[in-house]
Amino acid sequence: MTGAPVIRVLVTKVGLDGHDRGVKVVARMLRDAGFEVIYGGLRQTPQTIAETALQEDVDVVGLSMHSGGHLTLAPAVMEALARRGLEVPVVVGGIIPERDRDTLLAAGVAEVINPGASEDQVVTAVRRAARRPGAEAGARGRERS
Amino acid sequence: MTSVTRREDWERQYRATPSDVVEGTTMSGLEVEPVYGPDDGEFPGQWPYTRGPYASMYRGRLWTMRMFAGFGTAVDTNARFKELLRAGGTGLSVAFDLPTLMGTDSDDPMALGEVGKAGVAVDTLADMESLFDGIDLGAVSTSMTINSPAAIVMAMYVAVGEEHGTPRSRLAGTLQNDILKEYQAQKEFIFPPRPSVRLVNDVVRFCTAEMPLWHPVSISGYHIREAGSTAAQELAFTLANGFAYVEAARASGLHVDVFGKRLSFFFNAHIDFFEEIAKYRAARRIWARWMGDRYGATDDRAMQLRFHTQTAGVSLTAQQPEVNIARVAIEALAGVLGGTQSLHTDSFDEALALPTEKAARIALRTQQVIAHETGVAAVADPLGGSYFVEALTDRLEAEAEAIFAHLDELGRGSILEGVYRGIEEGWFQGEIAQASADFERKLNDGRRVLVGVNRFEETDEPDADILYIGPEAEAEQRRRLSDVKARRDAAAVERVLAKVRQDAARPEVNVMPSLLDAVRAYATIGEIVGSLGQVFGTWTERAVV
Repeated sequence: MTGAPVIRVLVTKVGLDGHDRGVKVVARMLRDAGFEVIYGGLRQTPQTIAETALQEDVDVVGLSMHSGGHLTLAPAVMEALARRGLEVPVVVGGIIPERDRDTLLAAGVAEVINPGASEDQVVTAVRRAARRPGAEAGARGRERS
Repeated sequence: MTSVTRREDWERQYRATPSDVVEGTTMSGLEVEPVYGPDDGEFPGQWPYTRGPYASMYRGRLWTMRMFAGFGTAVDTNARFKELLRAGGTGLSVAFDLPTLMGTDSDDPMALGEVGKAGVAVDTLADMESLFDGIDLGAVSTSMTINSPAAIVMAMYVAVGEEHGTPRSRLAGTLQNDILKEYQAQKEFIFPPRPSVRLVNDVVRFCTAEMPLWHPVSISGYHIREAGSTAAQELAFTLANGFAYVEAARASGLHVDVFGKRLSFFFNAHIDFFEEIAKYRAARRIWARWMGDRYGATDDRAMQLRFHTQTAGVSLTAQQPEVNIARVAIEALAGVLGGTQSLHTDSFDEALALPTEKAARIALRTQQVIAHETGVAAVADPLGGSYFVEALTDRLEAEAEAIFAHLDELGRGSILEGVYRGIEEGWFQGEIAQASADFERKLNDGRRVLVGVNRFEETDEPDADILYIGPEAEAEQRRRLSDVKARRDAAAVERVLAKVRQDAARPEVNVMPSLLDAVRAYATIGEIVGSLGQVFGTWTERAVV
């Protein structure tokens, strides 16, 4: 693996939803798979997430959502990122009904991960998101020591 | 002295209670006793209540079939409540939306996208009026699942009762009002732990004095388990939180025999059948011993642990969701064999969205099959005496006692202080995260099978028919809120909020009366929470991954 770019991921909750089991499991999975993981914590707003993404120079933002607010909140996060000039892909995980998955993907969300996804599926989805055009600038600059 | 066997003692109690609810024969006509066991063994209704809090158990009264429901505006949920009562549900259970649970008004930017999504939106008393419109509050019992703003919602319920002409002394039900597990697991906290426990205790004091049919706290392991804990941790953390509330109430001058009998519990029913049954049995035994030995309870009812059960939301799969009907039936059966007093069965589509009416009806019917077809309600604690279940009960009790010893040491002889420290230092959160990660690892490497997820998968799954809450509910709720704000007396609102702040600042004052005045003036939940927050401050957790 030496020489492979290290992918930096911000995983976080957004809005009022406090269900943090999933986000913590995903944080551990990604960390164990060699990602650099920043856990953003609870009650983040689109603005605080964009701020952290900028400060931490992340390659991917992962949002965990279990309360049904994803159609409003995920696009709001993407807007906040765009306003700061960040082209960071957003991955959404959680309880996302099928019809909303398509809406989110059409709105520019890179990947949607549902409950029950295996470690492999999570890792693959985040890697795929990080490889999207415009998403590589950060990862390319860093080498794993 | 003539010696009375424990069986004779039980028979006396049994005969004193009506016991004709469930027939005492098998379907082939064989007679069955209400309970089995040696004459000198423990019987149901006998300390330490391992076998159940009541002598007659379900022969005297079936569990309450209490289905949790709430979505959209109060008008939408009112219709679902009426449907559940029509279909034979025997209690109401309110699910609030996230903004309400967090004490945030529907027009707050932080509420965007969440209004009416995962429960019903309540901003002011006007919403509670709509929620219970046409429902006789003196005839139903109502459970309200809310914690940080619990005291405010309790005040609203009392105020609706007043408007209906139902005095608070006749209101029956349960307020979850269990803030400690929010810091540990569910994370719907607003204020720091200490002033939050003061609010919990103000409700306990208010209900102890004025609402004899109300359960002011439902000490909940459900969310601890959902967050990833083991069964032993669920058991231990929940009971430790219970001890903490007991210590807080005693410190405020209440006698354990008086408020102790109004405390109730809420446990998860997960999929490991016998472990769950053993967990409920161990819970009753531990509670009886601690309430008697450590806290000096002498009234039997203050030592009898009574609990609500909900099947495990986390055990439901989005894949092949109909299979969840089988999971729920097995979990519900564990709750019943463990002697639960009320039960919510999850709907099979809940891993996808809020339940449709049809799915909620199947879940209720599952309970009715258990109650009326299977015969399991005829015999109390039917697994008592099983070598396996007894050994597992003892083992869970021992695991829990080890955790209590740790908390007692952390708190230097006070469980309440130990729980505060465990929260502040992230101990509970770390234990739960570790257990959750261990479980996930077993799923990932196939040591644990989850049907339809890591074994027996289907590739082409049809789309499920799910309940879809559109953005209309949010818009409608904002409109309802702005109407109320336009109609109310703004100066009166300022006055009542000032009184809330004043009372909050004096720990010896019960804040409930001023909360009642505030809700009657149609102050919003966000305004009241904001006023309390000015005095109490707010809480941010140190994240533990």
